[in-house]
Amino acid sequence: MTFAVTSKAIGGRLIGDRFASTAEVVVIPVIAVIAALIAFGGFVGLFGVNPVELYTDMYMGAFGTFFSWQNTLTRAAPLILTALCTALPAQLGMVVIGGEGALVMGGLCATAAGLALLGAPPVVVQLAMAVAGMAAGGFWIAFAGALRHYRGVNETISTLLLNYIAIAILNHLVEGAMRDPASLNKPSTHSIGDQNMIGLIPGLGVHWGILFGVVAALIAYILVFHTVFGFSARIAGGNLRAARVVGLPVGKLILTMCFLGGCSAGLAGMVEIAAVQERANANLAAGYGYTGILVAFLARQNPLACIPVAILLGGIGASGGLLQRRLDLPDASVLVLQGIIFIAVLASDTLYGRFKIFQSKAV
Amino acid sequence: MVEVTQLARPPVAPDKTFGLEAISMTKRFGDFAALDDVSIRVAPGTIHALLGENGAGKSTLVKCIMGYYAPTGGQVIVGTAERTIDNPRDAHALGLGMVYQHFTLVPAMTVTENLVLARDTLPPVFDWAKERAALNEFLDRMPFRVPLDAKVSAISAGERQKCEILKQLYLQRKFLILDEPTSVLTPQEADEVLGMLRGMVVAGELTILMITHKFREVLAFADEVSILRRGRLAGKGRVKELTPDAMARAMIGAEELAQAPARAGAFGAARLDIQGLTALDDAGQVAVNNVTLAVRAGEIVGIAGVSGNGQRQLVEVLAGQRDSEAGAVAIAGQAYRARREEMRLRKFSLLPEEPLRNACVARMSVAENLVFRKFDEAPFAGAGFWLNRGQFRDEATRKIARYGIKTRSADTKIGELSGGNVQRAVLARELSEGVEVLIAADPCFGLDFAAVAQIRAEIMDARNKGAAVLLVSSDLDEILELADRIVVMFHGALVYEAPAAQADLTAIGRHMAGH
Repeated sequence: MTFAVTSKAIGGRLIGDRFASTAEVVVIPVIAVIAALIAFGGFVGLFGVNPVELYTDMYMGAFGTFFSWQNTLTRAAPLILTALCTALPAQLGMVVIGGEGALVMGGLCATAAGLALLGAPPVVVQLAMAVAGMAAGGFWIAFAGALRHYRGVNETISTLLLNYIAIAILNHLVEGAMRDPASLNKPSTHSIGDQNMIGLIPGLGVHWGILFGVVAALIAYILVFHTVFGFSARIAGGNLRAARVVGLPVGKLILTMCFLGGCSAGLAGMVEIAAVQERANANLAAGYGYTGILVAFLARQNPLACIPVAILLGGIGASGGLLQRRLDLPDASVLVLQGIIFIAVLASDTLYGRFKIFQSKAV
Repeated sequence: MVEVTQLARPPVAPDKTFGLEAISMTKRFGDFAALDDVSIRVAPGTIHALLGENGAGKSTLVKCIMGYYAPTGGQVIVGTAERTIDNPRDAHALGLGMVYQHFTLVPAMTVTENLVLARDTLPPVFDWAKERAALNEFLDRMPFRVPLDAKVSAISAGERQKCEILKQLYLQRKFLILDEPTSVLTPQEADEVLGMLRGMVVAGELTILMITHKFREVLAFADEVSILRRGRLAGKGRVKELTPDAMARAMIGAEELAQAPARAGAFGAARLDIQGLTALDDAGQVAVNNVTLAVRAGEIVGIAGVSGNGQRQLVEVLAGQRDSEAGAVAIAGQAYRARREEMRLRKFSLLPEEPLRNACVARMSVAENLVFRKFDEAPFAGAGFWLNRGQFRDEATRKIARYGIKTRSADTKIGELSGGNVQRAVLARELSEGVEVLIAADPCFGLDFAAVAQIRAEIMDARNKGAAVLLVSSDLDEILELADRIVVMFHGALVYEAPAAQADLTAIGRHMAGH
C-alpha cells in the first residue's frame, strides 16, 4: 500500500522539473530506437532472416569482441565530430546538415597542409594539418551561416548544396592538380607519409581520433551549458525575438557557432586522413557527415549525448560486414536500419509533452 | 442515426427572436472547473452583458451554449424548450449565432462572397447576379449597409465588424452571442455598431448576449448583466440598478489589488528622442511613417490607436527587433541602436506585448529567463565567461518572492506559467534595477486584474522615479489612466497630441479613425 502511494507520487508530483525533463529526453529516443529495431526486424524477416539471430549477430559485430569494439570506436570517432557540426548550430535553432562537406574540405586542406610541410617534424605536420582542417571546415560552415544571417538563405539547403560542391572539389583535385600519378585505379593524392600518421592509442588499438572526439564533445558541452557564449546562443536559439530584445549580437553568435561546428567536422576530416587513409581520395566522402546528422538528432543536439550515440551508430556500421558474411544480407542493410532509426527519431519529436508522467503540473 | 439528428432540430429556423436560459452549466477540464454551476437567463428582446476578468469563464460559458464544448453538466433552454446542442451546427439550426472577437472573414474576397459563403449549404454553381439581388434586398431591411463589392481587405475594422454581424443576420440568426465585439473598434465605431444593434433589439428582431469588459458599453447599451468570477456567477441584475463600482467589486472579489502610487515629480529634460523614424512591416509596406517624438524624464507618453497602425513596428524598432529605414533614435542625447551595451548604459527596459513570444524563451527555466539582461556580468558570469548557476538561483529566489511570481520552482520552464506570471517575471527582470527609459507595449493585454494593477503600479512607480516611459496600448482606458501626454497613431504617423489633462475623447476617437 505504502509502495503504491509512493510510486504514484513519484509519477505525478514529486519528480523535480529537471529530472522529469531529463528523463523525457532519454526515454523518448530510446523508444524511437526500439521501434526502429522492431521495424527493421520485420524488414529482414521478409528476406527470411530471423530477427533474433540478426540482432545477436549485430551485437557480436559491434560490441561482442575486442576487435569489434576497435572497429566500432574507429567509426565512432568521426561520427562524434561530425555530429557536433549539427549539434552546435542547433543551439541557435539552425538545422545544419553540412558535416559531410566540412569533413571533406577539412580532410582535403589537411592533406594539402601535410603535403606542403612534408619533411618537417611530424608534430609540426600534424598540428598544421589539424589547424588547416579545422579552419577549412569552420569557414565552410560559417559561410552558410553568413548566407543565412546576411542574405536570409535557408542554412539547411545551403549546407546540403555545399556538400555536393565540397565533394566535387575533392574529386576535381584528386583527379587533377593534387593527383599522385602512381594512383591508377583509385585517383588519390600523394601520401602524407607514414611518419606523419597520428597512430593508435597504446593498448586499445583505436586511433587517437576517438579521444579528439570525446574532448571536442566535452568542450562543446561546457561551452553550450556553462559559458556566457553558450547561454547567449541558447537564448537566440530558443527565441530570436527575445534575444534581440535583450540586445544580443545574433549575427556574431550565428557565425561563431557555425564556425565551431565546421571546425569539428573539419577535424574529423583531418583525423580520417592522418589516422586512417593517409591520402585524400573519394573514400573521404564515406558518409560520416550524413550519419553525424543522425547522431546529433538522436542525441537531441546535446554534445555530451553525441558520444554514446556515436558509439551506438558506429557499432551498427561496424556490424555491416558480419551481416554480409553470416546472414548473406547486403552490406547496405545497415543503411536501411540507419534510415529507419532517423525517421523514427524525427517522428518521435511529436511525442514530447504527451506523456503525463514527464509533465510537471502547470501552475 | 441521420433521422434522429434531424428530428432534434426544428424544421425551419425561427422567424422571431427568443430568449435563452443556461441552467447550472458546469465545465471541468480535468480537476479544474472552468465553469461551476452557472445559471443565466437572457430575456427575449434584450441585450444581456456577460462581464468578467480574463479566465473567469465567459468564453467557456458561451462555447458550451454554442456546442463547441460538451458541458460537464447543465441544460440550455432555447425559447421555451430544452435543447441538446452537440455542435455549432445544431446551434445554428436553432437560430443561435456567434460573432468572434477576431474576424472570420476572408480578406482576399469581396463582402458579397464572404456573406454567401457563410451559408451551411452552397449550390455547386453560383448564380452571382441572383445572390447579389437577394443580398441587396436583404440589406434594404437592415439598419446599416456595407459595400458589397469591396474586398474585405480594403474596408475598415468597423465595416468588417458590421459584415460579421450582417453575416449572422443574413443567416437568419435571431439570437446573437458577441465576444468582445468592440475590441478592434474606435469608440465612435463601437457606439455606432452597438447603437444599431440596440435598435434591432428594441424593435424585437434580435436578442443579444454580449461578452465585454468595458463598463461604458454595459451602461450605455445593456439591459441586464451577469458577472462571472473564477468560473462562478458572482453577480447579476438590471444595469439601471447597478453602479460601475458594484460591478467591478463583483468581478474582482475580495482580491487585494496593488495600489498605483500617485503621480509625483516634475518632468525633466527630453530623454528618449525619436527623429523622423520610418520602418517597414513584414510585407515591405511603410508601417511607421516619419515619426518624431520626444519623451521627457518622469513622463509617460501614451500612444493610442487602433491596433495595426504601425505601433507594433515602432516598438520593434525601439526593441531592436526590426531595422529602421530612416530616422534616428537617441537616448539622453546619445545615438541608440538597440545594442546590448547601449541598453545597459542607458538603463533601457521593455515590457512587450505577448511577453512569452517577445521577451522569454519558453523552454528555459524561470531562473534563466530572469537573468537575460545581466547573465554576462558579475556576479553571474565569473571571469566574464563562466556561468555561476548558484547566483542564478539566488537571484531567482529573490525576484520570485518580491514580485509574487507564482511558479512551482525556479527551475520550472517559463512556458508553463500563466500569462500573468510570465509578465510578472518580465517585470521583475526589466524593472527591478533602476530604469531610465521604459517602453511598454500593451503590457496588460490578456491579464487578470491583480496582474494588471501590479503592472500599472510598477509603471507609475518607474515614472515617479524619473524614467521616461513610452506606453503603446490598444486599450484607450489604460492610456487615459497612466499617460501624462497622449498621442494618436494612424497609418504609421502621429496625427494628434494633447496633454492627458486636456485630452478630448471625441477628438482622440476621430483621429484613431483617421478623420
